[in-house]
Amino acid sequence: MNNQSIFEAYPRNDASLLIPLLQNIQTEFGYLPEDQLEKVAEHIGIPLSRVYGVATFYNQFRLKPLGKYVIRVCRGTACHVKGSLDILRILESELGIKAGETTKDFMFSIETVACIGACSIAPVIVINDEYFGGLTPKSIQKLIKKFKDKG
Amino acid sequence: MKDFLDILNRKHMDFKVTPDLFMDIIHESPDITLPAQTAQELREYKSRLTLEKTDKPAVIVGMGTCGLANGAQGVYDTFKEELEKRGIEAELISTGCVGYCAEEVIVDIKLPGYPRLSYARVTPKDVSNLIETTLINHEPVRDKVLGVYHEKSEKRWENLPVINNIPFFKIQQKVVLENCGIIDPENIDQYIVRGGYKGLSRVLKNMSPEDVIEDMLKAGLRGRGGGGFKTGMKWKFARQSEGDKKYLICNADEGDPGAFMDRAILEGDPHRVVEGMVIAAYAIGASEGYIYCRAEYPLAIRRLRKTLADAEKYGLLGDNILNSGFSFKLKIKEGAGAFVCGEETALINSIEGNRGMPRPRPPYPTTEGLWGKPTVINNVETFANVPVIIRRGADWYASIGTATSKGTKIFALSGKVKNVGLVEVPMGTTLRQIVFDVGGGIPDGRRFKAVQIGGPSGGALPESVIDTAIDYENLKEIGAMMGSGGLVVMDETTCMVDLAKYFMTFIMSESCGKCIPCREGTKRLYETLERLTRSYKNENDPEEALLRFQGMVYLERLAKVITTTSLCGLGQTAANPVLSTLHYFRDEYEAHLYERKCPAGVCKELLTYKIDTDKCTGCTLCATKCPVDAIVGERKKAHYIISDKCTRCGQCMMNCNFNAIYVE
Repeated sequence: MNNQSIFEAYPRNDASLLIPLLQNIQTEFGYLPEDQLEKVAEHIGIPLSRVYGVATFYNQFRLKPLGKYVIRVCRGTACHVKGSLDILRILESELGIKAGETTKDFMFSIETVACIGACSIAPVIVINDEYFGGLTPKSIQKLIKKFKDKG
Repeated sequence: MKDFLDILNRKHMDFKVTPDLFMDIIHESPDITLPAQTAQELREYKSRLTLEKTDKPAVIVGMGTCGLANGAQGVYDTFKEELEKRGIEAELISTGCVGYCAEEVIVDIKLPGYPRLSYARVTPKDVSNLIETTLINHEPVRDKVLGVYHEKSEKRWENLPVINNIPFFKIQQKVVLENCGIIDPENIDQYIVRGGYKGLSRVLKNMSPEDVIEDMLKAGLRGRGGGGFKTGMKWKFARQSEGDKKYLICNADEGDPGAFMDRAILEGDPHRVVEGMVIAAYAIGASEGYIYCRAEYPLAIRRLRKTLADAEKYGLLGDNILNSGFSFKLKIKEGAGAFVCGEETALINSIEGNRGMPRPRPPYPTTEGLWGKPTVINNVETFANVPVIIRRGADWYASIGTATSKGTKIFALSGKVKNVGLVEVPMGTTLRQIVFDVGGGIPDGRRFKAVQIGGPSGGALPESVIDTAIDYENLKEIGAMMGSGGLVVMDETTCMVDLAKYFMTFIMSESCGKCIPCREGTKRLYETLERLTRSYKNENDPEEALLRFQGMVYLERLAKVITTTSLCGLGQTAANPVLSTLHYFRDEYEAHLYERKCPAGVCKELLTYKIDTDKCTGCTLCATKCPVDAIVGERKKAHYIISDKCTRCGQCMMNCNFNAIYVE
């Protein structure tokens, strides 16, 4: 789907379509590029500041592109009491980035999520669409090495 | 494959089956006579749907998110491959979550003439054995058996436990979850054949909107999203509100960390929610509705889309529902990841395309909601209760539960407990029953310490109060709340100050920033907890110590200010985790404050790492791994950690192969 046809599916000047439109753009580009936000403002007929306000309010939206592997670390309560903070810290030190950041080579991004509802295998992370549960400080190091080697 | 529509829309029928008749025929209304051939075909199709009389075996794989996370897709694919390879004719069905997450992947096998047999912890490697032993030789694989369903059948599985008798299921009462893990959620006929849409059909035919509301009031159904407001009252207010247009919204923005019951319902029995919504829409007079679902639940959203399309095809949704003249359109809105959108007015703002910030109430949404029109918002579990109330009667429903809280409640049991899973019990069950009888207690021989109920808005309850019968009022009295029903169990290795800090981190980042008590107050609470749980370079710095003590002194007062002055439910309950841990576990706070120690051994910076000289072999691994060179020692001799240099990163302990490093 090219850029133009994304917009075509959304009638102009309907503010209730702002979030679905942004979601659609993000699915297409992987993030929300600045020029697209300007187009959205023009299309919906609202100031760019409002588009920016919405885009930065919701956790789902990103203004920067993500890495090839997006690691989502579950920080739900069950994962927390089973040591997900340690898992996150190890990931951060292994990859040299903080949660919410992307490595310079665009290989890895780390994100935290409130709860992915897979509490039975806590602590759990999701790399792209694959679940890895029951992690320990040792197994997470091995896992990351595997992904680093895979490239 | 043929479905109900195909069977009943035959040319040879001498009358046209209108949608309302259609439901009557399926649910066997005695005054309709069908041509013999059609009746026969219908009977056969129905028994095939319920798997009561099958001519070929059926394999049913639990494929909710938790099943999938445990590898259900691989199991399903292997079954498919193996069955094809061996040329075995069997039906392979995917279902939702039966609730016993700890035992996933769960696979049920139903052989003709036998009751349904449930296997636990199935991996792709087990598949060929299961096919060989059970499908071909009609023998159970005993070490994999979870249990047998209680069903009438010609043959029996000998000496196997009945599912309802195993501890995890024994005290559960499945009302809302009755179909979850049993039916194929993507097949509307499987829902209908089990009494689905019967309630809706009855409502549209025989009941006025006021009757429906009266029924809800009589049943005593209360909102399952947390607040516990009477559902019937909410509907009544909306019904009485003036407006040319009214809206109905299903809140499926299940953001509470540790709660996943709504996800399980949407993934396992989505038609139930839609039926509940259409009944509600009829009661309040809404013509349009939304299901606001978290984007983090892609499977639920995918199934909902199919559900809506199928319901429309059957005339159960859209224009002129079941030929009654009543119309209701339903759309799905994907959330974009904001916890505060679980708050009803914030959710309305989000649907309108704004930032999800709450509005002051009153006016309540029932008078002025979405686009200024009267709007009712209920959560998934609430709607899922509605059809069964109509079908089995308000009196029946009101007979379950306690004096003030009726029906059942689903809890998501997780954390340090043996049987993690979804638990549906009547209101009035005690927390002890859930944690110890259903949950099987604490693993690894550790001791129970607390159970956190109601997520970030709830509280942590210690052993002294877990014999309380759960209902809305009792929980409030002991400093917690029902919330959405997350139950996270904690043992002695959980630090309660750290837990409070964890929730504060969460609330702080999820606060929308509109009102000051919540935006700034939660930040100050967090800072106080951070000071308690961290050690600063100069531990004896008087100013640092002063701030630490001052924070503790004001902690309770600040918490109360946030509670009483915040705009919405998120802020008003934000301090609950702090208040409840402070109330029940004050000694732990004091240990952090005065002794600068973490009794549970969680707050890293307050720990001292030491080496057990008897266990240390002098392999030097820890010394090489230590990023700050805080470990000294000669090869093949016991090592030593220099406490002043140590940053408590834990690398040494993690890497030691001899368990020689411990903390104090």
